Amino acid sequence: MATIEARALGAAAPATPPRVRAGRLSAGFGPVTAIRDITLDIADRHITAIIGPSGCGKSTFLRALNRMHETVPRAWARGTVLLDEHDIYADDVDAVAVRRLVGMVFQRPTAFPTMSIRQNVAAGLRIAPREERQHEEEAVEHALRRAALWDEVKDRLDDSALALSGGQQQRLCIARALAIEPEILLLDEPTASLDPISTEKVEQLVHTLREQVAVVIVTHNMQQAARVSDTTAFFLSGELVEVAPTRTMFTHPADERTEAYITGRFG
Amino acid sequence: MVDPLPHTGLAGRAAEVATARPRPRRRVVRLQGHRAADRAYSVLTTAAAAAVPLLLLVIAVVVTMGAWPALRQFGLGFLTSSDWDPVRNVYGVAPAIYGTLVTSFLALLIATPLAVGAAVFLTEYSPEWLRRPAAFLIDLLAAIPSVIFGLWAIFVLVPILREHVMPFLRDTLGLGATPFFSGPAYGPSLLAASLILAVMILPYISAVSREVLAAVPRSQREAALALGATQWEMIRSAVIPFARSGILGGVILGLGRALGETMAVTMVIGNRQEISASLFAPGYTLASAIANQFSEATGDLQLSALMAAGFVLFVVTLIVNAGARWLVWRTGRLAR
Repeated sequence: MATIEARALGAAAPATPPRVRAGRLSAGFGPVTAIRDITLDIADRHITAIIGPSGCGKSTFLRALNRMHETVPRAWARGTVLLDEHDIYADDVDAVAVRRLVGMVFQRPTAFPTMSIRQNVAAGLRIAPREERQHEEEAVEHALRRAALWDEVKDRLDDSALALSGGQQQRLCIARALAIEPEILLLDEPTASLDPISTEKVEQLVHTLREQVAVVIVTHNMQQAARVSDTTAFFLSGELVEVAPTRTMFTHPADERTEAYITGRFG
Repeated sequence: MVDPLPHTGLAGRAAEVATARPRPRRRVVRLQGHRAADRAYSVLTTAAAAAVPLLLLVIAVVVTMGAWPALRQFGLGFLTSSDWDPVRNVYGVAPAIYGTLVTSFLALLIATPLAVGAAVFLTEYSPEWLRRPAAFLIDLLAAIPSVIFGLWAIFVLVPILREHVMPFLRDTLGLGATPFFSGPAYGPSLLAASLILAVMILPYISAVSREVLAAVPRSQREAALALGATQWEMIRSAVIPFARSGILGGVILGLGRALGETMAVTMVIGNRQEISASLFAPGYTLASAIANQFSEATGDLQLSALMAAGFVLFVVTLIVNAGARWLVWRTGRLAR
């Protein structure tokens, strides 16, 4: 853990160009506006943390990045989200295709209960367009290795996914998301339902993933943001208050509301 | 009044209560009354709970006793013989067992895809305004008395089968070459009974399926969508597998209903004591045999044979249900 912390705090400003650019993005449900005019760049091979108190819109923002937001009745979104210069909200873009490029892991493990460990990891592969289907056996092993779960499950791939602990299930969900080779991985409070040891494992995993994909992690645990991320964005009441390299954010916040939040005066 | 505990006001409140209800001793008496009531309710509910299995036991005993003379006379031959001859006083229920099983399973085969399909449409695809009215109409099917289904089948279903469906299956599709769709098209037949049963059990399967599909957690749906599943892929890979054992439970409910259904089946099955591979042929079920003959049974042995048919129906239902429950238990265990 110490090494992760040292690295995170020592991280420089992103040198890589942005992979995702949210431009004046607003979203909400019916009459309610959850996020307002968010403009934020997500760098490639880089971990961006989004922090903020409950109800600040950080999950809505995350879900707007892979068009999961719109699966909720009466949800709406305005503005642009550019993925490599393509607006994912353009009329001719298929949300299903977007979600294959932008993977997502949820707060609680969502392993499919009727499937084995192997089938869970392969679930996304089996519904892939024909030309994207890879050799399943290899893809499953590769994804499980990337999710640091291979050694724990290699001898029982055909057991039910529910035989795993909560932390293992969450890493299984990460493996499942990685198996379809997304370009960006969205993590929505991935350790909120886990114990400290499982949390540490998931954090270590997230840290290694930054070498392969762009990661956006929503958390309301500030220590977690400080430990794993390169850049931190602070949301409050549906607005983006401040975004800065994580080290700067936690040592010299520019906005006094950020300072109030990270020093624990509210939230 | 001087309050000895001014900050709590307890004395003041106690005084108020005392003036309003100056008989504190009553409280003790009422407490004892509650205990008596408790005991009374406990006895009542225990009696109610005991009455149900007792009733089942009494029915089983009466049916077995009534069936005993016939069972003793014919032994296992009662199950395997196709003779049912009140003149010679020889009885066997093989055709009725066959008819019961064939019509019930065929009904399931027809009703299950329709019912589950309707449930998937109503929970996943249907526009919001259509859900309640359509579900209500399907549920309403269960409220129609079975004799009405029988009448409808006699006057509408059977003529259509005889004039159009049966000739089409047999001649146009050429299925007459197989034993299952051969022979003359009388109308009243195993096929007619199966179809009317399918309509009757459809609302049960559909209602249960609808409930369990709607109960699949949103997180499971989102997990599939986040993997880039289309709506149908989500339904196929996440929703239906999650609801599988519940849907199977609904199917069993329908099966139980189909096995015992009497009136509508009796009206369209043709009531012939014969085992025929052809679905166009008339047949018999255990329930329809009893309904058809009980009022005009003459000899004691014939009455006993009908009781024995009831006994067999009882056992068949028990076996099929036990098997089906085992199936649910097994899929449920795989799902956990």
